[in-house]
Amino acid sequence: MKISTILYTIKQGVANIFRNKWYSLASIATIASCLFLFGLFYGILANFEHILKTAEEGVSVTVFFQEGTSDERIAAIGQDISKRVEVSEVHYHSDDEIWATFGPEYFGDNYAEGFPENPLEGEDNYEIFLSDVSLQDALVTWLQSIPEVRKVNYSEMTASTLSGVNLLIAYVSLGIIVILLAVSIFLISNTVAIGISVRKEEINIMKYIGATDFFVRAPFVLEGMFIGLLGAAIPLWIIKTLYQYALSYIVERFAILSGFLNFLTVEEIFGFLTPVCLLVGAGIGFLGSIATVRKHLHV
Amino acid sequence: MANKEYKLRKREQMIEENGIIFLDNVTKTYSTGAPALNGITLHIGRGEFVFIVGDSGSGKSTLIKLLLRELTATGGSVCVMGSDLAKLKHRQIPKFRRNLGVVFQDFRLLKDRNVYENVAFAQRIVETPVSEMKRNVPSILATVGLAGKYKAKPKQLSGGEQQRVALARALVNKPSILLADEPTGNLDPKNSWEIMKLLEEINETGTTVVVVTHNREIVNAMQKRVVTMKKGVIVSDEEKGGYIDED
Repeated sequence: MKISTILYTIKQGVANIFRNKWYSLASIATIASCLFLFGLFYGILANFEHILKTAEEGVSVTVFFQEGTSDERIAAIGQDISKRVEVSEVHYHSDDEIWATFGPEYFGDNYAEGFPENPLEGEDNYEIFLSDVSLQDALVTWLQSIPEVRKVNYSEMTASTLSGVNLLIAYVSLGIIVILLAVSIFLISNTVAIGISVRKEEINIMKYIGATDFFVRAPFVLEGMFIGLLGAAIPLWIIKTLYQYALSYIVERFAILSGFLNFLTVEEIFGFLTPVCLLVGAGIGFLGSIATVRKHLHV
Repeated sequence: MANKEYKLRKREQMIEENGIIFLDNVTKTYSTGAPALNGITLHIGRGEFVFIVGDSGSGKSTLIKLLLRELTATGGSVCVMGSDLAKLKHRQIPKFRRNLGVVFQDFRLLKDRNVYENVAFAQRIVETPVSEMKRNVPSILATVGLAGKYKAKPKQLSGGEQQRVALARALVNKPSILLADEPTGNLDPKNSWEIMKLLEEINETGTTVVVVTHNREIVNAMQKRVVTMKKGVIVSDEEKGGYIDED
């Protein structure tokens, strides 16, 4: 294909957007509305998930040992724990380390004076952080089955609440995505149907004069992709502006919550959302225009 | 290369023997009713000017659609420019149509493009170099008397002018055949005669011209070959003929 033909095709693709202003606007608005809703829900759900994940990371299980368990055995158990799939991190706290932390806290700097021996002897333990809070039960059952284990401290309620909320969010996300997808397909197919009636005559004329399918299709496909990209760029810009504003508003007005609520940064959200929306927009435009034109190519 | 030359020679031979348009016992039946064409045989030689006349439902439009390869025949064979259209693959149709100029009653111009772009579009399809296009388009517009209106949009033109643009578009690639389906159907008598005069001039340059029409006055006055159709069959085919009345 000649360069002049390629340039002509690109020029026609852009010109088509302006030739059918109302059709283009309707298409851009349809794609933009769908992707706006998608982006909005993604932003909310991703943050929910992030906050939950942060909360989950704080959930730990503590394991204490029977009196007289040797250091070697404790170290061996520690190794076994770290190999478990439920475990993300394991920290060993010796009884001296614990006394050095709690002693000053409860008895002041001269805490050692009244205690010739470490009162927390035998309280050395492993603090275990979970990779997935829903796996806590399995880990606890296994830990309790080790003869040298005296006690396992854990919070069943925290784990079950977090894992329940996590599951709920997963279902809600899935539900919303399915609904959005259905709405998008409905709106886009309607827009494509309008496009078909607008294009019919034009495509027929081109075919009668001897244009190949590619020559007819290429400007429409490019037009569809440009419309899709525009339809994606607009909601991305709106969501980004809104998100930045919402983040700074929450940080300013609800500073007290900043310890509990850890939001994703703009870069984290849009690092994923931007390529996905642009790809989906261009993809919808591409498929929509292919479907529109294809119906009339057999002239 | 040798194969291509052989094919070209064979095609030329077929045109010499059977004409540039050759329909052999052609039948076309639509899924819903009686045959639109019923055993038609027709030879049109290179450089001829032929009127195809007949009332509504006589099969004229179906004939044009077969020649354009918009439809395929149910029976018999349709050969245009030495090609058997039934054997033409979908991807070969565009190339075939580029040698076939077409003009319709409703002009079928690209409404959002100006006169120049409408005519140039046919040249873009065959990837004519831009420099050549810049010579050819004004030249053909001058031939049809629209040199000064190249910037106008179709809606700014009269019916006669729009038909001239359609004619220019059909001719700019120098086709071997020009098919005109009711070219004067939407025009007043003055414009109708001007279009017919242009078609005659085009025919004088060697282009085969096939005109489907209802216009009795023009057919009778021009004294060209007239093929009359009725209910899907050819009822008369006369050199220097006239419009035959139904009754």
